[in-house]
Parts: sequence; C-alpha cells; structure tokens
Amino acid sequence: MATFSVALGSLIGLVVAFALVSKRKIFRILSGTYVTVIRNIPLMIIILFIYFGLPDAGFTFSEIPSFIFALTIYAGAYLAEVFRGGILAIHKGIGEAGMAIGMSNLQIIIFIKIPILIRSVMPALSNNYISLFKDASVAAVIAVPELTFQTRKINLETFRTIEAWSSASVLYVGSCFLIAYLLRRVERRVAIPK
Amino acid sequence: MSTGFFNELWISKVMIFRGIYTCLFVSFSAIILGTLIGICVGLSLTYGNRFTRFLARAYTDIIRGIPVLVLILTFYFVLSVIHINLSALQAGITSLAIFCSAHVSEMLRGGLQNVPKGQTEAAKAVGLSFFQTFLFVTLPQALRQILPSWINTAVEIVKGSTLVSLIGVVEITLVTQQIIGRNFLTMQFYAVAGLIYFLIGFSIERTGKFVEKKVAIK
Repeated sequence: MATFSVALGSLIGLVVAFALVSKRKIFRILSGTYVTVIRNIPLMIIILFIYFGLPDAGFTFSEIPSFIFALTIYAGAYLAEVFRGGILAIHKGIGEAGMAIGMSNLQIIIFIKIPILIRSVMPALSNNYISLFKDASVAAVIAVPELTFQTRKINLETFRTIEAWSSASVLYVGSCFLIAYLLRRVERRVAIPK
Repeated sequence: MSTGFFNELWISKVMIFRGIYTCLFVSFSAIILGTLIGICVGLSLTYGNRFTRFLARAYTDIIRGIPVLVLILTFYFVLSVIHINLSALQAGITSLAIFCSAHVSEMLRGGLQNVPKGQTEAAKAVGLSFFQTFLFVTLPQALRQILPSWINTAVEIVKGSTLVSLIGVVEITLVTQQIIGRNFLTMQFYAVAGLIYFLIGFSIERTGKFVEKKVAIK
C-alpha cells in the first residue's frame, strides 16, 4: 500500500518538479502553491479530509483507496521538492546537447534529464521513501488494518501492552533498516561514477 | 449553506482558539525539550568516547526508525503499565520531544562535522581550550548550517502534534472532530483545520527564512 502510493507520488512529484522549473509562470505558480500548501498541512488532516470530508462533495472512497490517495498527494509534494533540486543540479549543456541533435523538449526531459535526475537524487529520495513508509502508520486513524492499527487492537484485546508496542517498534525499526539497506544497494548500483 | 457555516464557525471560535493554543503549547514545548536533549545526544555522538557514541547512535537510529504515531501510543500505553502515569498531554509532549531530539542530534552531528578542520586547528593554534573552541568556533558555524533543517523539523513537529489527538489531547484536530460531531459540516471544518495548520507552518517557515538571512555570514 505504501509502495503503491510512493510510486504514484514519485510520478506526480516528477511532473510537478518540472512544472516548478518551467518557463511558464502559470505552471510555476500552480505547482508552487501545491507544494507549499501540502507540505504545511499534516498528513492526518489530509487523510481525514479525504475520507470524511470528500463524501460531502459526492466523492466516496473506502478506507484503503482514500488513504492511498492522501498519501500520494502528500508524497507528491515532498518528492517534487527533491526532484526540483535534482533538475537544477543538471548541467545546462546537457539539455542543450539534446537540442543540438534535434530532440523535442519532451524527449529531452524523458530520455536525458529524468535518467540523470533519478541517479543524482537517489540518496535524498531514499530518505523520503523511508519517512513516507513511516507516515503510512497514520492510516490507522481511519481503520486501515496495518501494523499500528493491529497493534492497537492486540493491545486492547489482550492487555499485553509492553509486548504489543515493543514488537511493533521492533518491526518498524527492522523494516526501516531493511528498506534503507535495499535502497542503499540501489543507490550504489545507479550512482553516477565519479 | 454558507451562512450556516459561518454561524457555526463563530459559535465554535473559543474551541478552535483553545485547540490552537494546545497545539502550539505541545509543539513548542516538544521542540524546546527535544532540541535540548538532541544537543546532548548530538554532542556525545560527535565527541563522545566509543561507548557513549554507541549509545547515542543506537538511540538516534532506533527512534528515527519508529513512526511518530507508534512512539506516541507506546509512551502513552506502555509507561502506564510500569506505573509511570503520564497524562495524555505529558505523554504527547514527551514522545514528540524524543522524536525531535533524534533528528536534532543527527543534524548537529552533521553540522559539527562539516566545520572545516582548519578552523579547529586554527583555534588550537591560538591556544583555545576544547570548550572555548566548541563554544566560539565550531558551534556558531554548525548552528548556522543546521538552521534550515531545524526549521523543517519544527514544522514536522507541529504536524506531528496532530497525532496526539489520538490519545485524547484536545488540540486542533480533536477540536475539529468534536465540532464536526456536532454540526456535520465535515468538509468545511477539516478545510478550516488544514488552513490553520498551513498558516502555522507557513509562518514558521517564513520566520526561519528571515532569521537565516539575518544570521548569514556575508
């Protein structure tokens, strides 16, 4: 679930990041507002708004889709910032070289900029992925049956408070380390050789 | 519908302000406490001997691996089992402070290690003691460097303070839910809550930028 929304969020983040550095002012303003607003609103409010608020306007989602939707929007804003930094770090000559061999703007972005970009922002990206994974725990609020929610349930059913919460913590720490390890391997694999 | 909404908003203004007050109180005490703890941990992470460094590293890594929500629930439920009865407010502040401290310590370590080595050597050359070097040479430079990420953490903590509503601290989120429970204007009041958080976060960010400009080395 977290993986799904992080993947979607990465896509949104990429698009928004290119809008952030675009030449058109309207794109810059729109994407800038999206990023600033979402980054300053707590994830929980977004989740509650989408799950409880949007049905008023006629859009009803069940728990899991609404949570994925919320986390995707949230992830998009954070990842857009990361990607923006990466785009700005790309050497200007590279884009110009693409233009010189007759690529269109979209081709330059897809075939030249994005591959370089992803490789250079990988460390920052993996940091964000880990914190998004942790943020997924907030889904417990709208009763998505994930680790935190189950722990709460176990706690209430068995009163084995210490055991329940410490094993949840161990599981989270363990999976964070695992993700960090995997991402570091990916990082090393795709890093631009110096 | 719109007149009804503003009417409801006017009726619940006291509640909302009380919620904002609690939210700010929780966040600020967590940030201050967390920064103090974080400075201690960060120092032992950078300058400590092997044992303290190991302890500090374990502390930071473990805390950073646990989601804030789990941290909050753990503090609230587990501590009461071993007969440390914290109120919801205290448990919330403590867990947010601990979360904050792990981040601050990691930032501080990065900041201190990024100060060029020549600086400490120069300080040694003019005969400053270790504490003088730290206080007058490395710390001011490190603080400037970590300011942006510290501001980020502060915003994170304000956002994290929404989660203490789950253990029954009456801050903006819980107030919003109470109001909605009364009038069923779900979308509008969640939007109001979002707006309030946005304003708080945005003003912290702006203040941070301002201070950054003020203290920058020209």
